[in-house]
Amino acid sequence: MKKLLILSGKGGTGKTTVASAFIKLHNAKVYADCDVDAPNLHLVTNQGIKPKNSDYYGLPKAKIDNLLCVRCGICMQHCRFDAIYKAEVYKVNEYQCEGCGVCELVCPNKAVTLQPDIAGQLTLYDDSEVFSTAQLKMGRGTSGLLVSEVKKQITSPSIKTDLAIIDGSPGIGCPVIASIKGVDMVLVVAEPSVSGLSDIKRIIKTAEKFQVKTALCINKYDLNLEKSKEIERYCDKKQIFFAGRIPFDDKAVKVVNSGKNIVDCDGEAAEAIKDIFNSVYGRINGYKHTPNED
Amino acid sequence: MAEGKTQIAVLSGKGGTGKTMLSVNLAAAIENSLYVDCDVEEPNGHLFLKPSTENEKNVFVQHPKVCEQSCNGCRLCVKFCNFNALAYIQEKLMVFEDICHSCGGCALVCPQKAISEEDRTIGKISEGKSENVKVLTGVLNPGEQSGVPIISELVKMCRKEPGTTIIDCPPGSSCVVMDSIKDADYCILVAEPTIFGASNLEMVYELVKLFNKPFGVVLNKCLKDKNPAEEFCKEKGITVVGKIPFDHRLGKLNGDGQIAVRESKLYKKMFSDLYVRVAKEVKHEKVINP
Repeated sequence: MKKLLILSGKGGTGKTTVASAFIKLHNAKVYADCDVDAPNLHLVTNQGIKPKNSDYYGLPKAKIDNLLCVRCGICMQHCRFDAIYKAEVYKVNEYQCEGCGVCELVCPNKAVTLQPDIAGQLTLYDDSEVFSTAQLKMGRGTSGLLVSEVKKQITSPSIKTDLAIIDGSPGIGCPVIASIKGVDMVLVVAEPSVSGLSDIKRIIKTAEKFQVKTALCINKYDLNLEKSKEIERYCDKKQIFFAGRIPFDDKAVKVVNSGKNIVDCDGEAAEAIKDIFNSVYGRINGYKHTPNED
Repeated sequence: MAEGKTQIAVLSGKGGTGKTMLSVNLAAAIENSLYVDCDVEEPNGHLFLKPSTENEKNVFVQHPKVCEQSCNGCRLCVKFCNFNALAYIQEKLMVFEDICHSCGGCALVCPQKAISEEDRTIGKISEGKSENVKVLTGVLNPGEQSGVPIISELVKMCRKEPGTTIIDCPPGSSCVVMDSIKDADYCILVAEPTIFGASNLEMVYELVKLFNKPFGVVLNKCLKDKNPAEEFCKEKGITVVGKIPFDHRLGKLNGDGQIAVRESKLYKKMFSDLYVRVAKEVKHEKVINP
């Protein structure tokens, strides 16, 4: 099973719309949403069945036992994350604590212990299709680990299929790095603007670090033709496979809001996405026969 | 909070909703403002404001350095590290810098004192000026896991600044956003008119409620059709402080990296009016929660 990851460097470029279109076009049996901060894929893929939910334990959080604490403040001095503060007694700010355990280590009175912490929720729909998604709790970190868990849920699916489609997370930080690890190809969805160009350069640099094959398509390319050309030239220069352009389609918002898939409605945008999918699909499978290309 | 000093944070559940567009235009519409880009993974504000670079400094974290002669392979550090940033492989202690959280625990726990700490650059902060706006931009180096140390430094730098500060936050509702809004007096939540927009708005709404921050919503890219984000605001009784229509000209200016406020009187008025509305809300909040 090949894994295709859809990224953009930034949210709002149409990652989820493209991912859901690909899922529909390929009749994909296995897919995942790695945007654990703001998952949206479940809003546009219709899961008829009840999912299996499980708690995701992130790194533990420190807890101070007031009866044992002698108010020496050594824990606060050593905490690099400003997670311990002095009120009437010493307290831990659960949003700042990263669970490193230094406070527990330095406490002379064994008043500090690390406690398990539920940092999010993993969801798995496993029926005729396998869909893995998750939601991180407010203000929790270590989303990279949760992303890895989301991907783990689809590593050995009960269903045999040739392609898994993964909707990625925005940015270039830990959740994205966790998304990239182990995928066969990254498709970057770019938008034609100065921000878009800046964002793709950073995401491509990140993908390069992991030596993943990268393809790129431009969404709403006709909103700024000059920037679109600039992005294409950049791909050319960096030898990134250019998979195509999607025109702006004002019907798209309506279609998505009504819970339908963009490829369900006729139009230039839907046609463009079909072409992009075919070329990306060909490309990702091509690697199987020409392993030397890597 | 000092007299006359206001921090406004601009948030959205997701990127691409118009946070940066709104932030740079608000900053440009206000006299002597400070614009701070806390979206250190993808900072874009400088592409619009094009500030002069007056000052630049690297942001460091500390990471462990191993003295091989002193290490006797006891592995206490490996056992201690909750982030799996250390491993003892082939009689050698290895440090995986990119997953190290710089807690300093390994150096503390080592009985041989074989571990010391070294500075490592993870990104930088630039300071500059763009007409009436002072600009602070944090940039995380690609391949680095966490921008939190850069954001913390930015927040610290903001504390010294008088006047109105506009903080352009990272997308989402995770730890990096929380760090960015720590000192904010008011939060503006930007939302798109889609079901995604409404779902993402709900998340940042939960976040600002959790942190007890006064807030209002700006509905961006408004079309004539039904707006799921607006319906969400109605349902929850959330104040909508502004509505920005979907506008090709604004989109083009923005796509080309221009600041709309500086290009047309119409937009100057639109964003100034929006600021007046926000300032009124902030003042109101300060009376209720001084």
